[in-house]
Amino acid sequence: MPMTEQATGAHHPQPRPRSSGQPSAPEHVTGAQSLIRSLEEVGAETVFGIPGGTILPAYDPMMDSKKVRHVLVRHEQGAGHAATGYAQATGKVGVCMATSGPGATNLVTPIADAHMDSVPLVAITGQVVSKAIGTDAFQEADIVGITMPITKHSFLVTKAEDIPQAIAQAFHIASSGRPGPVLVDIPKDILQAKTTFTWPPAMDLPGYRPVTKPHAKQIREAAKLITAAKRPVLYVGGGVIKAGATAELRVLAELTEAPVTTTLMALGAFPDSHPLHVGMPGMHGSVTAVTALQKADLIVALGARFDDRVTGKLDSFAPHAKIVHADIDPAEIGKNRAADVPIVGDAREVIADLVQAVQKEHSEGNTGDYSAWWKDLSRWRDNYPLGYDQPDDGSLSPQQVIERIGQLAPDGTIFTAGVGQHQMWAAHFIEYDKPATWLNSGGAGTMGYAVPAAMGAKAGQPDRAVWAIDGDGCFQMTNQELTTCALNNIPIKVAIINNGALGMVRQWQTLFYNQRYSNTVLHSGPEADGKQPSAGTRVPDFVKLSEAMGCHAIRCESPDDLDKVIEEANSINDRPVVVDFIVHEDAMVWPMVAAGTSNDTIMAARDVRPDFGDNEDD
Amino acid sequence: MSKHTLSVLVENKPGVLARITALFSRRGFNIDSLAVGVTEHPEISRITIVVNVIEDLPLEQVTKQLNKLVNVLKIVELEQGSAVQRELVLVKVRADNETRSQIVEIVQLFRAKTVDVSPEAVTIEATGSSDKLEAMLKMLETFGIKELVQSGTIAIGRGARSITDRSLRALDRSA
Repeated sequence: MPMTEQATGAHHPQPRPRSSGQPSAPEHVTGAQSLIRSLEEVGAETVFGIPGGTILPAYDPMMDSKKVRHVLVRHEQGAGHAATGYAQATGKVGVCMATSGPGATNLVTPIADAHMDSVPLVAITGQVVSKAIGTDAFQEADIVGITMPITKHSFLVTKAEDIPQAIAQAFHIASSGRPGPVLVDIPKDILQAKTTFTWPPAMDLPGYRPVTKPHAKQIREAAKLITAAKRPVLYVGGGVIKAGATAELRVLAELTEAPVTTTLMALGAFPDSHPLHVGMPGMHGSVTAVTALQKADLIVALGARFDDRVTGKLDSFAPHAKIVHADIDPAEIGKNRAADVPIVGDAREVIADLVQAVQKEHSEGNTGDYSAWWKDLSRWRDNYPLGYDQPDDGSLSPQQVIERIGQLAPDGTIFTAGVGQHQMWAAHFIEYDKPATWLNSGGAGTMGYAVPAAMGAKAGQPDRAVWAIDGDGCFQMTNQELTTCALNNIPIKVAIINNGALGMVRQWQTLFYNQRYSNTVLHSGPEADGKQPSAGTRVPDFVKLSEAMGCHAIRCESPDDLDKVIEEANSINDRPVVVDFIVHEDAMVWPMVAAGTSNDTIMAARDVRPDFGDNEDD
Repeated sequence: MSKHTLSVLVENKPGVLARITALFSRRGFNIDSLAVGVTEHPEISRITIVVNVIEDLPLEQVTKQLNKLVNVLKIVELEQGSAVQRELVLVKVRADNETRSQIVEIVQLFRAKTVDVSPEAVTIEATGSSDKLEAMLKMLETFGIKELVQSGTIAIGRGARSITDRSLRALDRSA
């Protein structure tokens, strides 16, 4: 064959949503009404947004909708993160809405965040009137152009009759295949134009055919490798949660008895408490998980993408391992690490098929023997558990605060986190046993994610408790959404792990910049003693700030009050609760692999290099 | 470094070219030449991209990412031996009464055309593979090239097989 066909993903078209029966009779509406009717039809129950000049026409019919609830946020970034929090807590598509120009550009960070973490999000933006596009009109921004590299797809609607199709396709694209953000930009005159509305519209997407069904031969190959391996690891990523494949994963793990490591995006995909679970991999992963991957002879990656925070220095990552890489996105396979067995497919179908194929291998007498492997793993697990020291001065340990919040939280509590030390401690010291109970900004590392994401999660799951584990740096980026929570009956709980500093950056300064704390102390001021940042100004006063926003606010400074304060927070459900935990500033996140170095150099704690009994190495 | 020619069939919709070129630069690839036009089906455009690939950044990554673009219908890499590749150049060469006939001789040798003549210059139109055009330009250089404009490469596979057939069917199905 003379031509090399590069087309991947064309062989198993995914069934498109079927229209049940005939399209509805045409209704005579405006573009704005057509938009709201479309949102009703796709089942968008909650929209987070702020109106403004160009999106204004859409807000008029929104007021009359009995199916679409709009939550008026205080900043568009909050709307975007709330929509992703909602999406991850419910499994549905999150929706945010903003006006043109600055309203739309304020959505850029959450859109980028959703893109990195594969969260189904539809962002609807107003645009200046069609005639004004390209004239640098008031509040004009080329938001389609700006977001092109950070969206899965985008639409600029040019005719009012195209609105239902754009919305239907946006929701379909956002939620199918590898999920992601889709932007729909609608000029004001299109929203005002007269049109007709019928549902369902045609799904005209000839170039969009995600592969979900894995190739049988590849599955057989993978099963053979699994049963032949001596030191396998199941490396589980966020794709397993997105695919709703946690039950299948458990069957596969228990069938093979291979150790399971769940990435930051996959915490809860496999119970932390399960004996086959060896922790989180990566820069701040458990010694056992990091070492297991380094010494593995087979890595079975399921919905994971060999991110640099997992692999460390790529060319020294898992040097002895063959790779089975299953992902719904063909572009992830072989991107960072070459795969011996590439499998393109939906994680749920892949794992279900793998279970059958492994059972077949077993029935033919090919059962893996991992007993020597488990001896190593157990020794590492016993010798290097996650842990922390209590501060000598009687102050609160941030790890203990987070651990107790996890232990005292009611069943089914959803946790969100910002980005930094508190995020890693929340990953380490809270036990996740169910999927979609841990929401965080993994790929983008967006500080300020916790509060708005918690708001979205609580709006989507009003009967479950939602705790935002936040840092004092993150909290000051997005706390205004607590006002939104207070006014809209979205009673989230926020734990500010307040060490008065940008803790993770400060940790790097401690370790790599000779303790020169350049611009990481948040509450120093003229009254603060520069040498002792913890005795800072305490500006802002988070308790007063939170009270001003309609929250119940508590401060906790002593380990003796810890449980009492958490229980008080857990008992209040008629408004948001904020607890300002004043914690020791020198606590650090361990284990750690320094950025850009090999995972072999993992440190279990400061100056503690694990002893792996390297003489046993092959 | 190696050169690859990709034929990309896309839905003829606004913004598609921007999506494609932005993807190349974002993923660290340099586009050597680019040509865009409609196909026998007005709803499908064909983009021919010649891309320089350095060893540690495999082309596979960019074609996989291209395939994910919703408006991209199909990507085919056209191998040198099994495809016809053409470029078009228009070149304005300094010419006087002494040199004009030598230039016209070169034009004939390369089966090019003179499309405009003035007392000081001759404008030549030539099509062909990039090797042939390069050879011709080298010959013309000695006379002095005043201005040169070059199209992107277009390419089509040899033989009866068409790369658009199946994509057209996909388009019909979805309509």
